[in-house]
Amino acid sequence: MEQKNELVVCQGLTKTYGSIHALDNLNLTLERGRFIGLLGPNGSGKTTAIKLLCGLIQPTSGTVTIDGAQPGVHTHSVVSYLPDRDYLNDWMRVCDLIAFFADFYADFDTVKANDMLKTLDISPLSRLKTLSKGTKEKVQLILTMSRKAQLFLLDEPIGGVDPAARDYILNTILYNYSEDASVLLSTHLIADIERVLDEVIFLKNGVMTLHESVDTIREEHGKSVDMLFREVFAC
Amino acid sequence: MQWQLRGDRPIYQQLMERLTEQIVSGQLGAGEKVPPVRELAAEAGVNPNTMQRALADLEREGLMYTNRTSGRYVTEDKMLIQKVREQIASDRIAEFMAGMNQLGFTEQEIVDLLEKRRGEESKHGAEK
Repeated sequence: MEQKNELVVCQGLTKTYGSIHALDNLNLTLERGRFIGLLGPNGSGKTTAIKLLCGLIQPTSGTVTIDGAQPGVHTHSVVSYLPDRDYLNDWMRVCDLIAFFADFYADFDTVKANDMLKTLDISPLSRLKTLSKGTKEKVQLILTMSRKAQLFLLDEPIGGVDPAARDYILNTILYNYSEDASVLLSTHLIADIERVLDEVIFLKNGVMTLHESVDTIREEHGKSVDMLFREVFAC
Repeated sequence: MQWQLRGDRPIYQQLMERLTEQIVSGQLGAGEKVPPVRELAAEAGVNPNTMQRALADLEREGLMYTNRTSGRYVTEDKMLIQKVREQIASDRIAEFMAGMNQLGFTEQEIVDLLEKRRGEESKHGAEK
């Protein structure tokens, strides 16, 4: 199948919970080879948007396609998703998890995963429940990034990680996705990740208020995305 | 070590400035091969697409060129490099003068201060 440059297309994507519009009429196209920041205050719809892309929840109305298909068997094979909470069995050892992922995903690269564990000094024999919060996050991220996926959906991947490891992890994300893959990452830590992003999306109360490249924002506003965010979402 | 980048200006512009400095200072010599985009981006700690844009703009300015088969090189035009070097120097001086003016120094006072500093430095150098 020939690859189109559009990796993700959302049309009128809406999700309501009763009277609450968690995501309201999202029209969005994401191209391949981009590193995109999904930014917004708490409760603005970031996680809802990511879950819709994963097919974990169904839209109230509107459509989403990834690599030309609606969320389903095909998209699960090309999307690598990191949820915003622990989801792995914590009695498992890190090496068990790697075997588990290698078994589950045809595109999982065991060598790469072990390399990253080594660099971050995480023992493959450790049981997940004995690890600190930050180290658990690192393990989850390593598992997510060791796939040769086309779309990486990372929900708050660096929140609990110390700044030194954060730089390493960002570089890992940046240099591990291939040229026809994209990364969509939600976070509050804008200042830390701004320099590695191509473009950003601002969500406010479920509505997309901005979708622009980082350098265009800096050119037009004369300020960083972090500063713009603080201004737009000032309480 | 990542490159220091400021928040108020586009990242690609700052990358261009840094690379231009490397060229005029001879760190990246005339005719020298430029490292691959991904390597430079990793060094700077930025997105490869942004680094690519900075390099493309340096090509447009003539400071770099791409050879289809063997990669990207610094220009061999030493006259151009010298011209850019002088331009940067003149910009920096203008910036410095403006800063000093803001502190209330006249042009003559600034020149005197510079002379005095040169005297001190040469004395310092002789002691060593």
